[in-house]
Amino acid sequence: MSSNGSFTGGPPVRRRSLAGGLLASELGVLFRRRRTWAMLCALAAIPVLIAVAVRVSSAVPAGRGPAFLDRISQNGLFVGVTAMVVSVPLFLPLTVGVVAGDTIAGEAGQGTLRYLLVAPAGRLRLLLVKYGGAALFVVVAPLVVALTGAGIGAALFPVGPVTLLSGDTIGTAEAMVRLLLIAAYLAVSLLGLSAIGLFISTLTDVPVGAMAATVVLSVVSQVLDALPQLDWLHPWLFSHYWLDFGDLLRQPVSWDSFAVNAVLQGGYIAVFGALAYGRFITKDVLS
Amino acid sequence: MSGPGPRAGLSIETKGLTKRFGHQLAVDGVDLAVPTGAVFGFLGPNGSGKTTTIRLLLGLAAASGGSIRVLGEEMPRKLKDVLPRVGALVEGPAFYPFLSGAANLRRMDAADPYASAATRRARVQSALERVGLTHAADKKVRAYSLGMKQRLGIANALLAQRELLVLDEPTNGLDPQGTREVRSLVRSLAADGATVFVSSHLLAEVEQICTHAAIMSAGRLVAQGTLAELRGAGQARIRVLTPDPGTAAQVLAGLGLAVILSPDGGPGAGGAHSGTDAVLFAPLLSVPSSTANRNAGAEKPVEPEAVVAALVAAGVRVRGFATEQVSLEDRFVALTGEGFDVVQ
Repeated sequence: MSSNGSFTGGPPVRRRSLAGGLLASELGVLFRRRRTWAMLCALAAIPVLIAVAVRVSSAVPAGRGPAFLDRISQNGLFVGVTAMVVSVPLFLPLTVGVVAGDTIAGEAGQGTLRYLLVAPAGRLRLLLVKYGGAALFVVVAPLVVALTGAGIGAALFPVGPVTLLSGDTIGTAEAMVRLLLIAAYLAVSLLGLSAIGLFISTLTDVPVGAMAATVVLSVVSQVLDALPQLDWLHPWLFSHYWLDFGDLLRQPVSWDSFAVNAVLQGGYIAVFGALAYGRFITKDVLS
Repeated sequence: MSGPGPRAGLSIETKGLTKRFGHQLAVDGVDLAVPTGAVFGFLGPNGSGKTTTIRLLLGLAAASGGSIRVLGEEMPRKLKDVLPRVGALVEGPAFYPFLSGAANLRRMDAADPYASAATRRARVQSALERVGLTHAADKKVRAYSLGMKQRLGIANALLAQRELLVLDEPTNGLDPQGTREVRSLVRSLAADGATVFVSSHLLAEVEQICTHAAIMSAGRLVAQGTLAELRGAGQARIRVLTPDPGTAAQVLAGLGLAVILSPDGGPGAGGAHSGTDAVLFAPLLSVPSSTANRNAGAEKPVEPEAVVAALVAAGVRVRGFATEQVSLEDRFVALTGEGFDVVQ
């Protein structure tokens, strides 16, 4: 046995660690990047802008602007809800596209992919860890919007009991729980898009291309969803239930849309996860 | 030095290794045999298939044909067992520019499922120390020079005990001082018992540190063996320094030697005589000429002292006489072609 170091005495005991260490490292890399923080700050800016705009302008006429906008001045907690509604079509998919599109292609473009694989990270293990990192970002991003919204709303507007869509009134604590539920709903909603981004990321060594393709797909999906001629297709589009979190604002909470959405996103994860696996496991890493 | 691995004979063994990209054969039937404990130079011009071969050895790309054994195990089937025992630098270093050198190494170490997290910091520190980067450990890699990145790449290969080190162009971008350090590092790794597989297009480097070498050209392995074997396949030649090149050439031709007159004095012909003296080269082999009417194919070695005696007897003023071994460079050029027009 060679002894080019004094790290271990005797024959090394080979103990395999599962993905834990690598996942921690992946999250460290993801959340130590300035780019990640820039995106989260941009997302946080959305509720701030909304709150400030409503504060400095006169009362918003009911029924104009994004959903719930007119209720902000009565209850600051609605800043979070409004900001999430505003960021669903573009801003959230944009940031998710950047993170998911970067997963494999970013490492390939940088050349670090070959060193991770030689380490050896294991291709399946690396793919799972990469998806895990993207999934955590998907949880964090809506949460940032919701919490910043609630914070700035509480600072600029009165906070109190919230009247739900069903007409019932709930206390502030319960309202916070509902806010977090909506953030969780959005997180689940974006998991499918993350899986698509992961797959596209295995196809190229150019991260920007994978990011752009992922974002474009999210826009295309929403455009198709808006065409009534394609009615039959709508339930299959990954963006179809993105804004259906109104059920979470009823008393009692209706979980139907949450469940339908979760099943659909699970399907996208299964299909695109399998495609990504099939592609990545046999890929010649030449970057 | 004890031979690691179950098969102490060869650390790397390929049979008919082939890689095809579309219609182009990047690697064409390569049979590598890297003995355990060797410092093995993997030579070849740019684009001759060295890096592709290394990618195949490490399981980064799938071979189109042939078989690979690394450390006695079949690759890529046993990849997960083999690669933790292999340290590699492939096609230049690559790192996360926004992380520090030490953080980059910790990241790569975390990717190895067998690496112990408890000893990670110590091992990273020791690897950085080994390549002389301790002072820059906390600096972002973005601010590293090319030479520092190269060292960090080598440090990455040294994060754990390795039985085999695959170093692709390890001295690329290093200054002469750094090159010397890498050479001594390679020697110390070999002294510790590791097999070192170094690819390079720099012959001098390989001649200085390697015990074995293989030469690639246009995807094919054109020569392989110990350095002595590779040089020995070439032949010795004589070098004569004389102010009487005409007479000398006649004498040498009379002995059946193929004379090459070097009008500019040739390399190493400096000194007081360079103005008037000419340098003649001739291989130490008597080639039967057609006029002499000897049997074809009857090349005979010629003793150098016989050549000197004949020159002196003919009144040639011999100012310098030497027998030279053909250098690896001559051999390399003979096998791979000269200049930029290498075989594609």
